Amino acid sequence: MTVGLVHYLLLSGVLFSIGLYGVLAKRNVVVILMCVEIMLNATNVALVALSRYVVPALLTGQIFAVFVILVAAAEVAVGIAIVFAIYRKRQSVNINDFDLMKW
Amino acid sequence: MLLDEIRFLAPELALLATALAVVLLDLFVKRKKVLAGVSFLGVLLAAGLSMMLWGGEPISVFYDVLWIDPFAVFFKFLFLAAAGLVVLCSQDYVSKFEKFQGEYYALVLIATVGVMLLAATADLIAVYVALELSSISLYALAAFLKDEKSTEAGLKYLLLGAIASAVLLYGMALTFGLTGTTKLASIAQTVTALTTSGLAQNPALLVAIVLLVAGFGFKIASFPFHMWVPDVYEGAPTPITAYLSVASKAAGFAIILRVFSVAFGSSALLSTNWGILFAVLSALTMTIGNVIALWQRNIKRLLGYSSIAQAGYLMVGLATVGIAAGIDKLGQSGLLFFLVSYTVTNLGAFSAVIAISNKVGSDLIDDYAGMGKRAPVLAPALTFCLVSLIGLPPTAGLIAKVYIFSAAVQHGLLGLVIVAVINTCISAYYYLKVVKVMWLGAPVSLERVPSSWALRAAVLVCCLLVLVLGIVPSSFIRLAELAAWTLGF
Repeated sequence: MTVGLVHYLLLSGVLFSIGLYGVLAKRNVVVILMCVEIMLNATNVALVALSRYVVPALLTGQIFAVFVILVAAAEVAVGIAIVFAIYRKRQSVNINDFDLMKW
Repeated sequence: MLLDEIRFLAPELALLATALAVVLLDLFVKRKKVLAGVSFLGVLLAAGLSMMLWGGEPISVFYDVLWIDPFAVFFKFLFLAAAGLVVLCSQDYVSKFEKFQGEYYALVLIATVGVMLLAATADLIAVYVALELSSISLYALAAFLKDEKSTEAGLKYLLLGAIASAVLLYGMALTFGLTGTTKLASIAQTVTALTTSGLAQNPALLVAIVLLVAGFGFKIASFPFHMWVPDVYEGAPTPITAYLSVASKAAGFAIILRVFSVAFGSSALLSTNWGILFAVLSALTMTIGNVIALWQRNIKRLLGYSSIAQAGYLMVGLATVGIAAGIDKLGQSGLLFFLVSYTVTNLGAFSAVIAISNKVGSDLIDDYAGMGKRAPVLAPALTFCLVSLIGLPPTAGLIAKVYIFSAAVQHGLLGLVIVAVINTCISAYYYLKVVKVMWLGAPVSLERVPSSWALRAAVLVCCLLVLVLGIVPSSFIRLAELAAWTLGF
């Protein structure tokens, strides 16, 4: 069996679903941020694979993936900073505790 | 030549330079008001530089990554106006984070750079980077007060925003896979060849479009991606709430217009398909926003749900754009005019809320009792802006609604417009409830509500613009038509 585009896209789809499941099911904010990272990396797999098989002469998808990695790093930096700030106030990283505002 | 093209980025570069200057100045100056002054001057400078880009032939620069066309410049002005007014109305609020004023203004300016670039993008990679530039700055700003509510708002905004951007990104990856390019104009060519039949025969394209709508829908607070809005609006610093409700939302609409009418607008069948999608979302968004707003007791939350409802009215414009499929540009120009009217109206309302809530120390509507006597400038201004949000004469809100709804009717969206008009009637209840409390409620004290001259100037500019747009809208409508006409072509 040769590994082709379909396999990469399946991998990417499965990774994305695992990430999305984690985001919805996990209660720890840091774990949720990790799951978001899985989702972003799933798109990176898809981008690079699509680029390799659809337009092999160009590097569009790879360049896109580099930008995604860069932006995700910035996003997580701000995310962790906010988690620190909220932990100092509440001594908790459990998302169920952050219910000051509802409806 | 690439270096020559840098002049087209002059407004953004001016804002970035101002942001850096503000952070550095923060280290040296004792009087923090200077920082606000410098930020405001930076915004004025950027507006001046944008003026030089207005009226030229639409061109694409930096290897087709950015478009410099009237559409982009129109939004540059809109965002700069919003940023300038937010800097002005922050004057009564920044004492709450005395130590971090430099960072506050710098982040507002950087977020503005992000949304300005977003309206000009011609490439999916640039769309993503510009979107994140504005979003990440706004995550930090939402948590800026560092108290319990503000950090909670920041965290909720960040988590949901990050998920939305991952979903958006997956949609972009699929679009790229289908078409082999990230340039919006080239996507249009491939998509036209791909879709001889509608969306139902192209499942991959359908999934891509749905994911894109979900990702952008978060930004404009469309149903069912609106859940973050009330919480973030309540917890964030009020000037940032104002900024989120106008600039961030307008940026979302700008990029949806750009991506959908350029990349997915070339095939009439496809265009009608996503037009109907937006029509359904529009009806649901405005109904949900208006109905839940009826029970709100906190003014920032109320304005949050009101902004969801307004997003619903704005999406009537998107539906019109889709259904019209390029026959005319009434949907686009209606949407642009509505955005201008909504921006000045909402900023006026939020500015008044900042001063009044500062004095009474709460955001509850009940505490606004008797403000008609205590705030002789702000209470009439807030009343006027709320009247404009309902859409009564002689305000901008009326003209904007008539314009956008009549365009929709012309393209056969009568049913949607009927839903919108019923919604407008429902919305009158909760807007007028605030007005009633302010003018007929018994004041707890007769102490005047203090406000800085900067905030009063912002409120007066907004009210004046609401009035001008409501009485002599023709020149602004012509601007909107001009900006819509060259959209992406």
